[in-house]
Amino acid sequence: MNALALYGRYVVTSLRAQAQYPAATLMLTVGHCAATAIEILGVFALFDRFGPVGGWSFGEAALFYALANIMFSIADMLTRGFEVFGTDFVRTGAFDRVLLRPRAAALQLAGHEVRLSRLGRLLQALAVLMLASSLVPIVWDAAAVAIAVWAVAGGVALFVGILVLQATLAFWTVESLEVANVLTYGGVQAAQYPLNIYAAWFRRLLTFGVPLACVAYYPVLAILKRPDPLGAPDWLLPLAPIAGFAFLGLSFLAWRAGMARYASTGS
Amino acid sequence: MPSVRPYLAAFRARFQLMLQYRAAALAGFATQCWWGAIRIMVFAAFYGVHAAAAPISLADAVTYVWLGQALLALQPWVADPEIGQAVRTGGVGYDRLRPLDAYGFWYARTLGWMLARALPRAALMLLAAGIVLPLVGLGAWAWRPPSGMAAALLFVPAFALMTALGAAVLMLANIVVAASLNERGVNAVLTPLVVVFSGSLLPLDFFPDALRPFLHVQPFAGLVDIPFRIYFADLGGGAALQGLALQAGWTVVLVGLGRLAMERMMRRLEMQGG
Repeated sequence: MNALALYGRYVVTSLRAQAQYPAATLMLTVGHCAATAIEILGVFALFDRFGPVGGWSFGEAALFYALANIMFSIADMLTRGFEVFGTDFVRTGAFDRVLLRPRAAALQLAGHEVRLSRLGRLLQALAVLMLASSLVPIVWDAAAVAIAVWAVAGGVALFVGILVLQATLAFWTVESLEVANVLTYGGVQAAQYPLNIYAAWFRRLLTFGVPLACVAYYPVLAILKRPDPLGAPDWLLPLAPIAGFAFLGLSFLAWRAGMARYASTGS
Repeated sequence: MPSVRPYLAAFRARFQLMLQYRAAALAGFATQCWWGAIRIMVFAAFYGVHAAAAPISLADAVTYVWLGQALLALQPWVADPEIGQAVRTGGVGYDRLRPLDAYGFWYARTLGWMLARALPRAALMLLAAGIVLPLVGLGAWAWRPPSGMAAALLFVPAFALMTALGAAVLMLANIVVAASLNERGVNAVLTPLVVVFSGSLLPLDFFPDALRPFLHVQPFAGLVDIPFRIYFADLGGGAALQGLALQAGWTVVLVGLGRLAMERMMRRLEMQGG
């Protein structure tokens, strides 16, 4: 069985397990949807009180919000194994068992659990996306849709990369550290407002350090067909999401370095 | 009059246990610094376009953010995880055997759990946002001391009441957890409610003005919005006393409700495990 088919098998198993408890899965999804949807209330209240900021209306900001949340919800659904890697695999020694199997460890972790409830965030993000489309005249032609899909793909890669890095840290720290939340949940938080309202050092961090701006801010500019108020050239805007894939690649290099020095906790 | 010693002991035991998790405190602190920084930058951007529309000054909003991040662990977002565990394993049986008031005992433990997580983070945050930021020349983004002696004195009871009220809310959540054996459902409802209506998401006056009469009297306002506005004297004099009365009143109501619910729940409780 090739890697892709095996991964498919993992996913199907996980989904069937959740289908055994349909009511619980549904309620968790609704709960996750409600818990993540409240952020848009905050965004709305601020725009309602202060009016447009940095040249952006609420509808346009909602587009940033929607894309950032769509990316993260998909990545969050696919990376449970990496998220709990320190706590559930390294500390307990369960990772030894993973290593005994003649398959890539990263593949097994990716297939560890696919949590449907994480789609709750996706649902509210899609609702906000529709709201944004009704508030702002966005022309959803083929090019705009293609850029949106490409941006989401780059964003998923970026967030998966962050979670792989979080898991990699556990090779050294044994526990999963909550610090990675700064980049995951904090990243969504940062990416849901347009980049040009932030201080310069923060903009640089979000562009060159953890390239959240490359998967959210720049492609949204391209979708809205607006020039960058900060002066990035127009041709660069739709290309920017590639930074997400580069980040994922570097994360897996770090992961391999971590694997090479893995020592079992022996439990 | 029964002795308070067993309750103090329960509080202290839980407090000292939770203080052991230093890595968790550091990680939480780092997360909250980042969160606070984003919030403040967003506020600054909006104040930059139309500061007159804001109900409080930017300096107060910054202080509000830091106070909120520092005391985040006092917010009743999730039920005490040990209650769910005790009910599922049958450990709650031991609690039933103690010659103590069950509500008071759980309340003391929950209080210890909240305060032990909150205080180390608050101390670190005070150091970073209250002392380091002004020293490195970022005084505009700093956590400021209370606005005057009166505000400082009024904040002491406001802080005590926000903690007591938070624990009373958590106790209601704990009781539902004990009755339903699972904390996920309760937390899914509780977290968004508290985040929005306490003023954690935004100070309550930032929401549309039409909602104010409702937002200012509901119980969750006493968790964040009222005590913080007392801190920077946005609520002073009579208004501050009114705020304190609201906090105290809701604490009494919720503790009363909790006691009733706990009695009913304990009568029906079936032991799990063995």
